[in-house]
Amino acid sequence: MQTGKTFRDPAVVEKLKNRIWAASKKPIKVMEFCGTHTHAIHRFGIRQILPPTVELFSGPGCPVCVTDNTDIDRAIAISKLPGVIVATFGDLLKVPGSSESLLTAKAEGAAVVMVYSPLDVLSLAAGNPGCRVVFLGIGFETTAPAVAASIDEAREKGLSNYSVLSMHKVTPPAMRAILDAREIALDAILCPGHVSTVTGADAWRFVPEEYRIPAVVAGFEPVDIMLAVAQIVRQCEAGAPRVANAYPRSVSNEGNRPAREMMDQVFEPAPALWRGLGAIPASGLAIRPEYAAHDALRLFDVEVPENRTPDGCSCGEIIRGVMRPNECPLFKTICTPSHPIGPCMVSSEGSCSAYYLYG
Amino acid sequence: MDDKLILLGHGSGGGLSHDLIDGLFVRHFANPLLLPLEDASAFDLPPGKTAFTTDSYVVKPIFFPGGDIGRLAVCGTVNDLSMRGARPLYLSAGFIIEEGFPIADLERIVISMSEAAREAGVSIVCGDTKVVERRAADGIFINTAGVGLIPAGVSVSVQNARPGDAVIVSGTIGDHGVTVLSQRQGLHFVSPVKSDAAPLNGLAQTMLGAAPAAVHAMRDPTRGGIATTLKEIASNSSVGIEIEEERIPVSDAVGAACEMLGLDYLYLANEGKIVAAVAEEQAARVLDAMRAQRYGRDAAVIGRVTADRPGTVTIRNPFGAKRIVEMLAGDQFPRIC
Amino acid sequence: MYPMCLAVPALITRIDGAMADAELAGNMTRVNILFTPGVKVGDYVIMHAGYAISVMDSAEAEETFRLLEEMAGFDADG
Repeated sequence: MQTGKTFRDPAVVEKLKNRIWAASKKPIKVMEFCGTHTHAIHRFGIRQILPPTVELFSGPGCPVCVTDNTDIDRAIAISKLPGVIVATFGDLLKVPGSSESLLTAKAEGAAVVMVYSPLDVLSLAAGNPGCRVVFLGIGFETTAPAVAASIDEAREKGLSNYSVLSMHKVTPPAMRAILDAREIALDAILCPGHVSTVTGADAWRFVPEEYRIPAVVAGFEPVDIMLAVAQIVRQCEAGAPRVANAYPRSVSNEGNRPAREMMDQVFEPAPALWRGLGAIPASGLAIRPEYAAHDALRLFDVEVPENRTPDGCSCGEIIRGVMRPNECPLFKTICTPSHPIGPCMVSSEGSCSAYYLYG
Repeated sequence: MDDKLILLGHGSGGGLSHDLIDGLFVRHFANPLLLPLEDASAFDLPPGKTAFTTDSYVVKPIFFPGGDIGRLAVCGTVNDLSMRGARPLYLSAGFIIEEGFPIADLERIVISMSEAAREAGVSIVCGDTKVVERRAADGIFINTAGVGLIPAGVSVSVQNARPGDAVIVSGTIGDHGVTVLSQRQGLHFVSPVKSDAAPLNGLAQTMLGAAPAAVHAMRDPTRGGIATTLKEIASNSSVGIEIEEERIPVSDAVGAACEMLGLDYLYLANEGKIVAAVAEEQAARVLDAMRAQRYGRDAAVIGRVTADRPGTVTIRNPFGAKRIVEMLAGDQFPRIC
Repeated sequence: MYPMCLAVPALITRIDGAMADAELAGNMTRVNILFTPGVKVGDYVIMHAGYAISVMDSAEAEETFRLLEEMAGFDADG
């Protein structure tokens, strides 16, 4: 199944483009909530082929970008404890906290290891019984089940030296926060592809039901994104908002039940601090008391420095979509991938990084 | 050679050193200029312009599908000379080896170097070996320097690309980068991709032979990939370069590996490819000549040099969208060559 | 290390217990199939952080291809 080739077919993209241009009359503002969408839209130059009536905004979809400084500072403080190995997804290494990053802490002697999967961290813990291994849990509903599975496995195997610092968040509350704030008068939501694979398309029903705008689930290939935009345009022109699934080959209405069950078994909703959005109730995932033995937040009592955001850093506004990266005074001048000031430039899913690499 | 491992004594200039040099380096690099083992090799160079270059090799891992650090060390220097239109002649080889390095591995590397040198038609005429204590170096580091001769009338320079030139790449890109990355410890990733490490003097001479004055600029896109190389040509020649994504030769396996590992093949290292700016009228002729050569079979025109926006490289995707290709800041992948 | 996020589906070529081999254009990696219990050799999966999160529904993929080929007008449902 060469879906890669078919869903990148220029002839199909061209047809969808023509349909969109023909059908789009009124100007509409569409926000996506998925770092992979941010990346794909830039990489494939989607904005360039859409009509000026369709304006795309990037919302808080990049898990690293929405992580608050306090959480990063806490992770760095833990990494400096003797006998601790901190394991993290690569993107988090270079994000500056209030005074330094995990990478600089590593250069100064902290044990910090980059991983691609929590499965690696379990192996690391099993292979280093004398060390306490802490995994930095970052990610939305796509990643949380995998991390939950690792915590469950650690409990089952008695891997007492494995713990997770959960900074996991869920998407719907952030979507509500953006819609409630009305900083941008949004006309439609482009729903995340892989988060929806886990949550199911039904998770977005609140958007048309409570906010009267369309919510369309999209995949990541150019054809997927254009198909979703075409559906959004059609719904906006018709004035009949509903949830539509433009990624049915991976997303169902119900989603992935085993993944959600694992998430619910290990995590419970908790308030969370989002960069750019502040504290949002029930938007984070905390480890349940039954798994307290693997909860790094409970296990490690560290002093976290005073929260400090660098002057001029506009990540907060960029995360909310009210500023574009090239409008930030630091973009490309002081803030670059090799010298990032904020997480939006560090993460491969961040808006600033996408703008910098792809224009 | 009785010892199995390199010892500090092998680098100290005494008996052990001499055994190593005779038994390994001289044996495999054998040539009349090296044999006397003088402090320096002396040779005549025909009159004309001499080209001179050096590179150090710290690739990790040292052995990988399609090559090893030794092959890279010879080909890299041969290629740098060839990119100036020079005929490579003589190389030096300096080794810094960590105490405890297996001699069998060293021999494997040295044999690989001699094979690459033979293929390229160059001689390794001088060298040096140092051994450092455990952990003072990682396994083995190699430096090679090389001299070559630029024939009269040949002027190939990164400053010479001109508006209207065709931009040609000699084959599939990203092969070396994917190979080395897929071999990194702990990555659950097995790839059929092999490094493209190869000596390119034959290909470069073929191109110059087909249309001597038409090959304006040549560069081998190693670290930083073709994106960096194109940017270098654009900046140094004060020209714009426009390329088309669809025309860039990439193997299916490399394309898929990039998707899986989150990589962009524009920035991946190559060790056996040429990027060239060739006068438009002669581009087809040069391309035909390249495709008849062993390392140029998949050569393709990927774009054009323009007078617009000097110093800028733009890429057009199959959907008609254009974006600017920037050089990657910093080292994305350490020890790729 | 496992590849981070595969937007392109990979082919399951072998299953052993909770893990499977996944292949794309000759490149092989390992994936945990805890969340896709019904997966079979020959299925395509979407992977994330070392886990398969969905089995590609070929019927839906075919349906999408058909829709795209037809390019149904905007009055039709879908």
